[in-house]
Amino acid sequence: MTERPLSFQDLILRLHTFWSKQGCVILQPYDVEMGAGTFHPATTLRALGPKPWAAAYVQPSRRPTDGRYGENPNRLQHYYQYQVIMKPSPADAQDLLLASYRHIGLDPLRHDFRFVEDDWESPTLGAWGLGWEVWCDGMEVGQFTYFQQVGGIPVTLPSFEMTYGLERLTMYVQDKENVFDLDFNGTGVKYGDVFLRAEREYSAHNFEYADPAMLTRHFADAEAECASLLKHDLALPAYDQCIKASHLFNLLDARGVISVTERASYIGRVRTLAKSCCEAWVAGDQG
Amino acid sequence: MAALFLELFSEEIPARMQPRAAEDLARLTAEALSGLSPTNIQTWYGPRRIALAADVNAQVAAVSSTERGPRANAPEQALQGFLRKHRATREQVRQEGDYWVLEKQADAIAATDLIAGAVPGVLRRFPWSKSMRWGGTSHFTWVRPLRRIVCLLDGQVVPFDLRDGTDDGHGLTSGNLTEGHRFHAPGAFEVSSAADWTTKLREHRVLVDAADRKRVIAEGIARIAAEKSITIVDDPGLLDEVAGLVEWPVPMAGRIAGEHMDLPPEIRQVSMRVNQRYFAARSGNGEAAPWFIFAANIDADDGGVAIVAGNERVLRARFSDARHFWDLDRKARLESRVPSLDHVTYHAKLGTQGQRVGRLRRLAELIAPQVDAGEALADRAAELAKADLVTGMVGEFPELQGVMGRYYALHDHEDSYVADAIRDHYAPRGPSDPVPTAPVSIAVALADKLDQLACFFAIDERPTGAGDPYALRRAALGVIRIIRENGLRLKLLLLLDLAVTAARHAAGEHAATLTDERAMRALNDNPGATVLRGADAIARVTRPVPGTDLHIDLLAFEILEFLAERLRVQLRGEGARHDVLAAVFAAGADDDITRLLRRTEAVSAFLGQDDGANLLAAYRRAANILRIEERKDGPHTDAPDSSLLAEPAEEALHRSVIAGLAIGILVHDEKYAEAMAEMAKLRGPLDAFFETVTVNAPEPKMRRNRLRLLNQVRTTMDRVADFSRIEG
Repeated sequence: MTERPLSFQDLILRLHTFWSKQGCVILQPYDVEMGAGTFHPATTLRALGPKPWAAAYVQPSRRPTDGRYGENPNRLQHYYQYQVIMKPSPADAQDLLLASYRHIGLDPLRHDFRFVEDDWESPTLGAWGLGWEVWCDGMEVGQFTYFQQVGGIPVTLPSFEMTYGLERLTMYVQDKENVFDLDFNGTGVKYGDVFLRAEREYSAHNFEYADPAMLTRHFADAEAECASLLKHDLALPAYDQCIKASHLFNLLDARGVISVTERASYIGRVRTLAKSCCEAWVAGDQG
Repeated sequence: MAALFLELFSEEIPARMQPRAAEDLARLTAEALSGLSPTNIQTWYGPRRIALAADVNAQVAAVSSTERGPRANAPEQALQGFLRKHRATREQVRQEGDYWVLEKQADAIAATDLIAGAVPGVLRRFPWSKSMRWGGTSHFTWVRPLRRIVCLLDGQVVPFDLRDGTDDGHGLTSGNLTEGHRFHAPGAFEVSSAADWTTKLREHRVLVDAADRKRVIAEGIARIAAEKSITIVDDPGLLDEVAGLVEWPVPMAGRIAGEHMDLPPEIRQVSMRVNQRYFAARSGNGEAAPWFIFAANIDADDGGVAIVAGNERVLRARFSDARHFWDLDRKARLESRVPSLDHVTYHAKLGTQGQRVGRLRRLAELIAPQVDAGEALADRAAELAKADLVTGMVGEFPELQGVMGRYYALHDHEDSYVADAIRDHYAPRGPSDPVPTAPVSIAVALADKLDQLACFFAIDERPTGAGDPYALRRAALGVIRIIRENGLRLKLLLLLDLAVTAARHAAGEHAATLTDERAMRALNDNPGATVLRGADAIARVTRPVPGTDLHIDLLAFEILEFLAERLRVQLRGEGARHDVLAAVFAAGADDDITRLLRRTEAVSAFLGQDDGANLLAAYRRAANILRIEERKDGPHTDAPDSSLLAEPAEEALHRSVIAGLAIGILVHDEKYAEAMAEMAKLRGPLDAFFETVTVNAPEPKMRRNRLRLLNQVRTTMDRVADFSRIEG
């Protein structure tokens, strides 16, 4: 890192260039709100079935309960994940990953890279895998997972999934202690200039003003729509409804109106949708 | 002899699984190669490999054996069956006497063939607690992707692969190639033996021996500590873990920013140890020093400047995150959080933490006077004990439960005994964790554990051989240790009865129902027991407590027995007479553990003396005779008729038995030394009785009377302990 550190957007462009060269399809963000890049159909659905697949994309991730009204230097209710999936997992997946870090200026002979045990599980997606947190100088800079099961279905070909937390990674590369101070474009625009107001307003929305009765209704609607679309074997539109339901549940959770017993039941309902969508996807031609 | 070397090189193995994996490798390989009598088995483990070396025989020798077949005159089918079974032909059998015999010849097996045949099976059934698939279609699983297999016998590759039918086994084949440090020495190289492997890997910046890695880390820590005049908090568990995370440890020190040194030390500790695997430092005066030590996995090209800076930043971010919760949590009073506990589930069948707090308050208040704690303080401490579960800090760092509650209570100016009890009511958390000693803490700690035991017994979630998911054994041991180490005198059965009643109520419809069969059994096993069917339709059995007019829930007795069993296990662990405890407990389910132990000690001491040992032998003789004779004509429970006492020894024993009635009174008054002295007086007369008196006298009346006398001896002694349970 002798030259000027990468801006937020340059870092994303470098990752795109890198993974594009590895044969990944570079996708654009999915246009439905979701809690993590894994929910993108390019990961959840494509991880299933026997067809090889490789994709990389940025996905806005919404975690309503993590909102701090823009007052916490490390926490956001909306942030970006960089997501890579390769199916089947290549034999040199770890080396590829380390090369990608080299490509954004983190040299593993200067920085201490480690693979630290992390079993990944998503109860809402009925998915699990084994892998690691990737550490750089003691900081988690990514999550590496070999998928074993998705939507309750054991995978045919295990995928390798890599998730980079883009803000946190850029904070490290730019040596910034506050996410809102990140250099966004290299010519003076900061992360806070783009997102600070959004963090304040969405935190208020998530915690104070989102209408629980309406959210509950929308959840029921999404659930019903998902089921009815599945009757016509429309796996992809049905899965959109599943993602929506999951996000509505997260909003209800942030509003603090879900009791513990209800919580388990909501998670179970989303999982049921996810499983049905995955089954419908596998039953089709997966193209 | 031939030298076997096996290395399994994989992607990073979780540190906590490595030592066990090396043990499993040694065990499974030794079993699979038992035909080669492996010796000098040595194993290694680390982040990316487990390995084994052993001396094995060069071959399994050829063996011949003789199998006897059917009789020569047996039908032809019998011989055919015999031949099929041994895969032999007619030409191979010959007649010997009246029988067909077969000379079986097993060829010698070369070690390399046996190893090549056996190792793939060992790998396929390797007992990783969780294993995974990767890459293509193969269903060969490993803890993380397996990348290389080295298998050598005297330097020669033992060739095998992992194919299995149509499964390609990831195309893995054994060879002589391994890899060194991921960054310092990328690429594969050849090895020829265990020694060569160790040396070359060191050249390729990998210390294969965990002990070497630990030594390097420990030496680095000592060097840094000396440089900075600090001491490092000894932490063997952390050292083990760190040694499993690095192949080439490079110890380094980072500074903690001064503004974070005022955070409570426990918070710093969690961030450092649990999240980051850093070693904590103290200055000369024992206070926390603003340094942390860690081990990197590379010799960085800038001498480690970037690594130290990076780790310092990570810790700063963690501390500022913690500070956020620390500041935010203290804005609300701890007591204001209590109502939120009504929304936190304790267990799906046992209601909320809020309801639990209600139970803890009642129990703590009842325990308080028995442990010299103020009732109001105990009640307050129980009320606030769980409130920190809904704070931001505990949400983020669950291991800080209790600790944070104490800080927040102190911040709210709660009584310091209350604050300490909030922290210490979880104690003891493990066998070496100290028990609470302050009365208020004791009251809440006991309430917490008794409620826990009662709750899970009430929904029939008892520990089994297979597991103890609700840590009830630990809770029971906690109760025992708190009582023992504080010398407490508790009315445990009454407390358990109350706890059980409350727990049944909390469990509601989930309460373990008493089937008719169980009720019948309970009634049969417990004289005087009563089945109650409450308004809530929950059936339960109560049992009278001897010497009182109390009726106690049978479940409370069962928990008391569970506690006694844990106590017995604990005594056995201490090398004490656990069988004596069982004997004393069987003589009367005493719910005063302190009293139970004193009585056990007295009986143990007595049995250690000549009188005691001899009396025990005589007791056994009496019990044996009674057992045999009772089988003929039932128990002889009536008092002996003094007019039928013929022999002087008989009369003497009778007098001793009558005098022995005092034993019961002495035991009741807890005068155990005197009780034992009184018991010792039985020895002489009993010995004399057996020497001079024939129990089975020809006259039935005399015989019956003597059996009655012996029965009284037994009854007298059984009041102290059920001596039939004494071992040895």
